[in-house]
Amino acid sequence: MTGKDVRPGTERPRPSQPVFLERQSYRRRRLLDVARLLPLLGALLLLVPLLWPGSDGGADTVPPAMPMSGAMTYVFFVWAALIGGAFLFGVAARRWDGDDRSSEPGRD
Amino acid sequence: MASVNLLVLVSLAYVALLFVVAFTADRLAATGRSTWLRSPLIYTLSLSIYCTAWTFYGAVGYAARSGLEFVTIYLGPTLVMVGWWWGLRKLVRIGRSQRVTSIADLISSRYGKSTLLATCVTVLAVVSVTPYIALQLQSITLSFSIFSASGPSPDFSPGSSAFWVASGLAVFAILFGTRNLDANERHHGVITAIALEAVVKLVALLAVGIFVVWGLSDGIEATMARIDASEIGQWQVNGGRWATITFLAAAAFVCLPRMFQVMVVENDDERHLRTAAWAFPLYLLLMSLFVVPIAAVGLEIMPQGSNPDLFVLSLPLSQGRDGLAALSFLGGFSSATSMVIVAAMALSTMVSNHIVMPIWLSSRGGGASQSGDVRNVILVSRRMSIAAIMALGYFYYQLSGGGAALASIGLIAFAGIAQILPALLGGLFWRGATRIGALCGLSVGFVLWLYTSLLPGMGPSLMPEATLLHGPFGIGWLRPQALFGITGIDPIVHTVMWSLTLNATMFCIVSLISFPGPLERLQGAQFVNVFDHSAGPRGWTGSVAQSEDLMIMSQRILGAQEAHAMFQQEAALQGAHEKLPEPTPAFLERLERELSGSVGAATAHAMIGQIVGGSSVSVEDLLAVADESAQMLEYSSQLEVKSNELTRTAGQLREVNEKLTQISHQKDAFLGQVSHELRTPMTSIRAFSEILRDTDGLDAQEKIRYATIINNEALRLTRLLDDLLDLSVLESGQVSLNMRGGNLAEVLDHALSAALAGAKPPLELRRLPADENVPLLSDLDRLAQVFINLIANAQKYCDAPKPELHIHVHRDDRFVVVDFIDNGSGIAPDARSMVFEKFARAGADKAGGAGLGLAVCREIMHRLGGDVRYLDGQGGGAFRVTLPKTEGVTVQ
Repeated sequence: MTGKDVRPGTERPRPSQPVFLERQSYRRRRLLDVARLLPLLGALLLLVPLLWPGSDGGADTVPPAMPMSGAMTYVFFVWAALIGGAFLFGVAARRWDGDDRSSEPGRD
Repeated sequence: MASVNLLVLVSLAYVALLFVVAFTADRLAATGRSTWLRSPLIYTLSLSIYCTAWTFYGAVGYAARSGLEFVTIYLGPTLVMVGWWWGLRKLVRIGRSQRVTSIADLISSRYGKSTLLATCVTVLAVVSVTPYIALQLQSITLSFSIFSASGPSPDFSPGSSAFWVASGLAVFAILFGTRNLDANERHHGVITAIALEAVVKLVALLAVGIFVVWGLSDGIEATMARIDASEIGQWQVNGGRWATITFLAAAAFVCLPRMFQVMVVENDDERHLRTAAWAFPLYLLLMSLFVVPIAAVGLEIMPQGSNPDLFVLSLPLSQGRDGLAALSFLGGFSSATSMVIVAAMALSTMVSNHIVMPIWLSSRGGGASQSGDVRNVILVSRRMSIAAIMALGYFYYQLSGGGAALASIGLIAFAGIAQILPALLGGLFWRGATRIGALCGLSVGFVLWLYTSLLPGMGPSLMPEATLLHGPFGIGWLRPQALFGITGIDPIVHTVMWSLTLNATMFCIVSLISFPGPLERLQGAQFVNVFDHSAGPRGWTGSVAQSEDLMIMSQRILGAQEAHAMFQQEAALQGAHEKLPEPTPAFLERLERELSGSVGAATAHAMIGQIVGGSSVSVEDLLAVADESAQMLEYSSQLEVKSNELTRTAGQLREVNEKLTQISHQKDAFLGQVSHELRTPMTSIRAFSEILRDTDGLDAQEKIRYATIINNEALRLTRLLDDLLDLSVLESGQVSLNMRGGNLAEVLDHALSAALAGAKPPLELRRLPADENVPLLSDLDRLAQVFINLIANAQKYCDAPKPELHIHVHRDDRFVVVDFIDNGSGIAPDARSMVFEKFARAGADKAGGAGLGLAVCREIMHRLGGDVRYLDGQGGGAFRVTLPKTEGVTVQ
């Protein structure tokens, strides 16, 4: 009998890496996904202003340029939303302390 | 009107307060009574050194010139912080596990503890940060000048004030930034002072903002209307600059030495990042909330030609709010001082660890184990570095003349420091990144940045106007701000695009084609997979290091007490008290980490290398580490196979054991039977022979009858003994076979006629004569014996009302197969495995023979090169005889 003798019946999934997770760990992974997507989403939203009609110095540009107040409102709103998102994730992550190490992203 | 003298007094008092705070915090930390010093709040506030005077004053000026574009400077870091789980967490974890002292140390450590790389990063950092320090000095002197312009100022000169500011900051940085040698230890004093300054600048800016919105205007809506009506009332942002500067700010936020210092080196607890991830963006948001209102209102109220960079100061001053102006001045002062102090600390660590120490070490020859205290050398070199950096900043300020040229230096510095980004990201996430690749990318980026941005940005003294317009020596496609003939790009976008693209490209290409050294690969694995194994494989292999040498060296760097403590602790761990510990690889590893906290990874590695001698780790060692895990896997799979095998063997053993037990029972039963069978004829033989002997007057008929009985019984005995003898001869292999040619049909005919002679009840035969015409070369008599036995069995045991026997003959490529299938109930399943054993009988009720027939058949067939076995699932008793095929034998 050689060590290379691998039959379909003898292959087992490695015990350290379960294929499916319990509900709690699953939620945690998806939350991590959200946390990873947050900066991308923020970057996208902050690129939106580039689509606005701008002024090229003249007063009567067509179409009318975005007023500064509107631009400020948008930018600061997105900014605040990002902070809120990071805050919520931080609160959620706080509850993981002292939990098992399965939440380590290096393992998923 | 506030006089400059009063202002100087206020600033001095403020600085004194900072000293007191720093001193108290250091004392508190030393006594260990300072849990709040390690709170996430302090960590978040310390990050605020990102907001320098350039952003405090300059943001308003920026907004007044370019509208909302200033906000990109803050949006970049916001995105980085919000995505902390991706990048910063890993960075901080690596920084802590590798005891990294600076960004140069991190890069050098990742790429095999390369001194050359560390030096390059250090030079790059010094070149790009020094102008930035000059910018801070300028902003402080400018703010002084605003006050002096608005009030009586007999003896104010910008130059001297810059000098005193620079000296004061240097003293502060030296006093609190170089207290402890281990750069990796927290500088609680400095960090706490900086946190205080962060609060001051936020409060100052918010106060001015609130004054502008609710004091000079009538609330938010009125201010918004004023903004829309002002010069910057419309959205006018260059899309390329918007995206580029956001990216640049994000890159600089990670790469700037001072940010790295507070974010990674001074980090006390990884979890602080979690709070800072939202708290620091919030801080940035608050810092920029009132920038546009201040700019818009300033543009409206202030006279034409006033410097918008100083609206934060001049606006309250023009309204006679001296107190608010002073607070605002303190805010700007805080921004400048905190940045300068931390930048000087971070740069001095880099300069002393990566430039001074390597030179000093090599100038001393191979003397890392000489006696003498190195700590003073390091401390002095660090202090000298701080002084030198401040002096550089001051001279740069003097040289540039403090004009508008400096104002643009902020972004240029960002672009310079961002050149580290490819090597940093590659180092964190790509195991294929190599030292040569990082070196090439860094050099290309650095040179391009110098050429396209820094030199043109520093004015005509360093780069003549003609070069800028027509390229060096008139080569048009080398124009610094229009490389390769592509014109019309904004200068900063141009620089960032070309330098970072080519930097990253070079880095990737060279990394791909070069091969990393063993130590590089080791470090690469530890960095990229830092969450998998924070402990990591050993870097030092079996060594020839002398513990005494190590002890001497450690004393010189860590100090005698600390070194003793560490060695004793290690000795205790090794179980050898009162002795020096053995230089095991684990100990060497720990010692190197400890030393690298003081002198940087590259130097620490070199020093231990000097004592241990030779290279620390070879490719073979790396492979051995990898092999170990592979071997474990292999071993466990082998174990698995073996255990499977054992299970199978055990099953077989169980089966065999069952059979043996059964056979043993049968043997016992048979012995009883055989003795019984022997005794029955024997008894009658004895009885009748006694009658013949002892009884007189028997008539002849009676004598004949008794003699016949005796004869029959004797024959029965003989038959039994013959069978036994036959079997023992067959089994011992002493049988001689009479091989001859024949035809299977003939053999079958012969067997049938012999077996079924006078059979009751008659057995119905089903045969296919066409199939039976098979030539044979065999011992035909023996074969017939087998057939007779099988047919007789069928006749004897078939329990169907109308017994039938099917005889099928067919041939495959190697054998001739003869099946005997009757229509009875067959042999019970549990008896099937036993029928060919000796003395086995299908049932006790039909005891016709001694149970040797099938055993004899099997022995015969084995001798003839074939087999006989029971066929399952044929609906009745079924036996299959297989014979070797004999090609080309003609019937004789």
